[in-house]
Amino acid sequence: MMLEFYGQKVQSRLLMGTALYPSPDILQKAVKASHADIVTISVRREAATTQLGQSAQSGEGFWELIRELNVRLLPNTAGCKSVKEAVTTAKMARELFETNWIKLEVIANDDMLQPDLFGLVEAAKILCDDGFDVFPYTTEDLGAAERLLEVGCKVLMPWGAPIGSARGLNNPFALESMRAYFPDIPLVVDAGVGAPSHAAKAMEMGYDAVLLNTAIAKAGDPVYMAEAFAGAIAAGRSAYKAGVMEPRNMASPSTPVAGTPFFKLD
Amino acid sequence: MNIRLNGADAETDAKTLAGLCDQLGYDSDAKIATAVNGEFMAKMQRANYQLANGDDIEIVAPRQGG
Repeated sequence: MMLEFYGQKVQSRLLMGTALYPSPDILQKAVKASHADIVTISVRREAATTQLGQSAQSGEGFWELIRELNVRLLPNTAGCKSVKEAVTTAKMARELFETNWIKLEVIANDDMLQPDLFGLVEAAKILCDDGFDVFPYTTEDLGAAERLLEVGCKVLMPWGAPIGSARGLNNPFALESMRAYFPDIPLVVDAGVGAPSHAAKAMEMGYDAVLLNTAIAKAGDPVYMAEAFAGAIAAGRSAYKAGVMEPRNMASPSTPVAGTPFFKLD
Repeated sequence: MNIRLNGADAETDAKTLAGLCDQLGYDSDAKIATAVNGEFMAKMQRANYQLANGDDIEIVAPRQGG
């Protein structure tokens, strides 16, 4: 069955961030190489507008580049530390990008950039009530997840590890529990992924998609790494559908024992 | 009058938010969004919003994000 977010069918299970790339050209090539059809973007102040009298630069250049990619946009509220900041940022993004989709981040602290779950639920309720399709950046906490669904979220995006940390899946047990607890909710591992193997692991667990940015943007060759992640995510998805065998403690011969030459019963 | 513009002190003689945006060089089709005193201010409302001394204005544009 094809993956859907808020009724929109999605081909690629890789959602890509657009920040930290060495150049706009490499960003464009990486998005194409990944075959991602959803990218995250943000709204930010423009340096030129901090002083009156200077001509406006505006994000027109970046905007043109993004439009050329012809992908679906998932604006974020990155860096927001309060409910009010997140809600206002979401509304500015909705007008700017003409989409109800919002990746909702309400950040608790700078050290871990971890979700403030209390603020997240509060902001999610305000935005869902206002017609937004909210993609909450959350943790594996099942209680918070239930509250997010109750207020209207139809997708959950638990972190793998702190944003930009490249630590992979810090708490596989909790992520597996979350997948088992919400079998029918689209679940996206968002943040902390460093290597394609991390993404493959999330997909093998049955996660519906992976959202990442730094792991591709900061790779030695981001375009090549985008291909690597696309491959890993596809492989992990296939493995989940195929059913991964259970590990066991002792060896079990793969070559038939019957007919082994020189075989003797002890 | 004195306002805050994207976190910095600024002076303007613009009467409305639309006038301020115009002074900054943003035409009516500019890819920007605005907020006043922490509240979203839709594009349609900018012409009607009368700036007041001390207003805290945010003007944002598309940017890379994760």
